[in-house]
Amino acid sequence: MEGGFAMGDYGAYVWSCYALTLVIVVFSDWRARLRHKRVYRDVEVRLKALEDRE
Amino acid sequence: MWKWFHQLASPPHFYRISAILSPWLAVPGLILIGYSAWQGLFVVPMDYQQGDAFRIIYVHVPSAYLSMMAYMIMATAGAIGLIWRIKLSHSVAAAAAPIGAAFTFLALCTGSIWGRPMWGTWWEWGDPRMMSELILLFLYFGYMALRSAIDDTAKADKASAVLALVGIVNVVIVHFSVEWWSSLHQGQTVFKKGTMDADMRVPLLLMILGFTLLFGSMLLRRIRTEVLYRERRTKWVREMILKSKGGA
Amino acid sequence: MNEAQRNIPGIFSGLAATTRRDLLLAWKRPGDVLNPLFFFAMVCTLFPLAVGPSSEQLEFSGPGVLWVAALLATLLSLNSLFITDFEDGSLDQLLVSPQPLPVLVLGKTLAHWLTSGLPLVLVSPVLALTYRMPVSVMGVMMLTLLLGTISLSLLGSIGAALTVGLHRGTALLSLLILPLAMPIMILGANSVSLAASNDIYSTGIWALGAYAIASLSLAPYATAAALRISNE
Repeated sequence: MEGGFAMGDYGAYVWSCYALTLVIVVFSDWRARLRHKRVYRDVEVRLKALEDRE
Repeated sequence: MWKWFHQLASPPHFYRISAILSPWLAVPGLILIGYSAWQGLFVVPMDYQQGDAFRIIYVHVPSAYLSMMAYMIMATAGAIGLIWRIKLSHSVAAAAAPIGAAFTFLALCTGSIWGRPMWGTWWEWGDPRMMSELILLFLYFGYMALRSAIDDTAKADKASAVLALVGIVNVVIVHFSVEWWSSLHQGQTVFKKGTMDADMRVPLLLMILGFTLLFGSMLLRRIRTEVLYRERRTKWVREMILKSKGGA
Repeated sequence: MNEAQRNIPGIFSGLAATTRRDLLLAWKRPGDVLNPLFFFAMVCTLFPLAVGPSSEQLEFSGPGVLWVAALLATLLSLNSLFITDFEDGSLDQLLVSPQPLPVLVLGKTLAHWLTSGLPLVLVSPVLALTYRMPVSVMGVMMLTLLLGTISLSLLGSIGAALTVGLHRGTALLSLLILPLAMPIMILGANSVSLAASNDIYSTGIWALGAYAIASLSLAPYATAAALRISNE
């Protein structure tokens, strides 16, 4: 098993890059889900209000 | 086959199909990423020039690749929407922008972090690739800013499509002009475009593939949200939501 | 063809008319022309104040500073390219004119360049002197500014058309123009630096010329499309 956690002396650099990648991908996905839920909820609320009024 | 494509352009069909399709992209994508990351970090032997730092390549290259692919998708979808007036196309363009920007940012950061131990600086103004990537980030920001500044959705779609197309030409030009500039000041060969060993290259290709699949599923999700928002007043949305109260 | 159709002014008339109109308007509002120039001078003055007046530093940074200042001044002047027409309805008139919109846009852009780019080129030697630029290099600098400001006016008009009438369009305009202006800056400022160190600088000049010609042929169409989109 090459590498190992120290990665020569470059451990900080390599791991921070992978960590950053993970963070950004997860964050982007989370924001997308959040937005979808929010849009869905808004539409649902408005449709319900329309229905109640009918 | 064409009928399926044609149907896909219809918002309700797309909404349904993308929900089914998305996991089929995400799961294989994540598996590939996980496998390639493990390979790239622990199995592949260390580069004799760069030591273990070269392992950053396995996240840097896919991000840079995706940042450009997302832009191409954004510009092409915008052009298709502009020329053939397919509404869904504009949703694709709008959805691709934030993801593309995120990957561009990631590419810049990982590139910078990789650069620090390799040639001493966090940033190199003369490097064509770094500059092109930076310009790409500005293009994404400009695109998203323009979209949010225009209230009318249709107008925003068309204006941003024009912007994206102008930007494509620009990225190419920036790359070449910076290359010329850096060649004057002792071309810093940032990334040696040498041949890579097969066992180094395979995880990279798999990583790129994995990231692309993941990107596809992320894109599908955002397009779904766009479609839902734009079609919020239509009958099919009304029926769909009232039918499945509480679900998403 | 009836009488009315036969008497529609042609393309060149359209071009000349829009150019003349904008020039006349600029003449009546000299502030629009002078403000960017003052801004140009101001930026050139602030740099040495900020980084110190050591003469070798000045000479070294001269081309770059002058070019950045020229870019910023042009950006300032681009804001008002379509704004006044938008506000008083003349833009709508342009949009429904029988002459092709790209031609009319070209006329406006030409007037814009004559009242912003060209004055910059003419004023630049004075400021270049303060940066101890040798006269031979000044010639190169004026040439790069000449070609560069042409491209800037043309490409900037695309951005101006996209952001006309938008709330806070000014900041957005700068963001949109930055990527377009980068190659011009790189080519322009560095050609002058090369000339200053007696290197061959012709590559940059040719590239700037090509950029100007490409902008001239393509930008009016993009601007016209953007104007139509912004004003539907």
